[in-house]
Amino acid sequence: MNVIFENFALYRDGFFKTLLICAYAMVGSLVLGTILAGFRVSPVPPLRWIGTSWVNVFRNCPLTVVLFFCAFGLPEVGINGAYFWFSITALVLYTAAFVCEAVRSGINSVPAGQAEAARAVGLTFGQSLTTIILPQAIRTVVPPLGSVIIAMIKNSAIVGAFGVGGELFAVSDTLTGSRGEAALPVLTGIVIAYLLITLPAGAFLGWLERKVAIAR
Amino acid sequence: MSASVLYDVPGPRAKRRVMLFSVLALVGLLAGLYVVYRQLDKQNQFDADKWSPLFDPTDDSFELVWARIGEGMANTLMAAALAVVFSLVIGTLLAVTRVTSAPWYRWIVVGFIELLRGIPVVIAIFFVARVLPEFGVSLEPMWYLVIGLTLYNSVVIAEIVRAGINSLPKGQREAAESLGLTRGQVLRLVLLPQAFRAMLPALISQLVVILKDTSLGFIISYEETVRVAGQIVQNLSNPIQTYLLIAVIFIVVNYALSRFAIYVERRLSQGKKAAKTDEGAAVVHADDLAGAGATNVG
Repeated sequence: MNVIFENFALYRDGFFKTLLICAYAMVGSLVLGTILAGFRVSPVPPLRWIGTSWVNVFRNCPLTVVLFFCAFGLPEVGINGAYFWFSITALVLYTAAFVCEAVRSGINSVPAGQAEAARAVGLTFGQSLTTIILPQAIRTVVPPLGSVIIAMIKNSAIVGAFGVGGELFAVSDTLTGSRGEAALPVLTGIVIAYLLITLPAGAFLGWLERKVAIAR
Repeated sequence: MSASVLYDVPGPRAKRRVMLFSVLALVGLLAGLYVVYRQLDKQNQFDADKWSPLFDPTDDSFELVWARIGEGMANTLMAAALAVVFSLVIGTLLAVTRVTSAPWYRWIVVGFIELLRGIPVVIAIFFVARVLPEFGVSLEPMWYLVIGLTLYNSVVIAEIVRAGINSLPKGQREAAESLGLTRGQVLRLVLLPQAFRAMLPALISQLVVILKDTSLGFIISYEETVRVAGQIVQNLSNPIQTYLLIAVIFIVVNYALSRFAIYVERRLSQGKKAAKTDEGAAVVHADDLAGAGATNVG
């Protein structure tokens, strides 16, 4: 286990790099996914098409392929940047599809009678959306959305294999590969580092779920 | 879309407005596509030498390229199939023992499941590939991939099976027990057959996840589809075209599987209605399991 303490700085930096990647990707995918969900429930057919095709494309394509496409495809068309940003782009594009589905199913889970009642008492579209539909939808959306985000955190490990240096997976690769350290302690450390992120996140999600749960 | 919660069936004015926005959105979409097209064209991405090895049978490399892609796909399917079978067996065992056994054992299983669910599947695969050789277990890369995938997916499937068993009406178990069946018999003869039926859609969805995750084999040099694509790209330097093709292959296969899952789900719930059993329908929806299969994302 000494290897973990000897390389503690490496682990710590990797831990925070992973958190940083996740934070960017989370914000991006929540924003993009919500917009896409708006597209999917909108009355305008072309917008619905965009939303539906996005979901079908990215949900059925491995993240690895999306990452490769961003990392090697984008430079080909003259878009250059750091692998760091390419990988965040890929994570956002991919995760947004799942966020979209979670949000959409939340909106659809609100009983139609709620919106009909809102319209019947004369609320406008905006009013009924913000005061009736969304407050109820958000509660239903929390559990699946949380699972999507936790899965995204785990997926972020894949970007380490794409030359985004310094995050947790890359640390494990460096230590067991070029530095030739024994794999078991190194990887145990990496596993613990991931559990330090995912287990509290899962516990927080469970707490949040109970807090916003509604009897319907 | 008249069934939407958000708006009524549109009247004449709303229809005009929808029309207007549709036209605007279409124009925007076409403009976006044109920008992409122009950029691709400017960077010579439509040159024949980038496409013909993949799509033109008369090209010299065509046969070789497709032979490689075929090998890659065979390897992908092989790893996925093995991982599915192992995950199914181990997952069912985990779930069954969790439902029936003594508390201390149940806690071990729950701990195991929670632990493995918290680890990225890439790390699981990498762990297996790097640690097993240290203990003198050297295997083909495929087995590392299969073991890694199985570790991760068996706990997901265990949760699906457990949800399936729990979704059955309580009377099923009670009736079976009152007939004098042993616990094992209750599970084997009464609960599991119904549970499997109920969770078939969720299991098919998990198949999509496993198929997608085999692409992680590239980190341990397993020659699956995505790694083969990488080699093709190195030789032909056409990443956009090759990865596009690979993406389309994955999307077509997985989309078909997803549709099949939805179809099975619909069939099962129809059967339920026809049989007029109680409405707490025992179909485990793929979406309900987003928690268990958080991986749906991965």
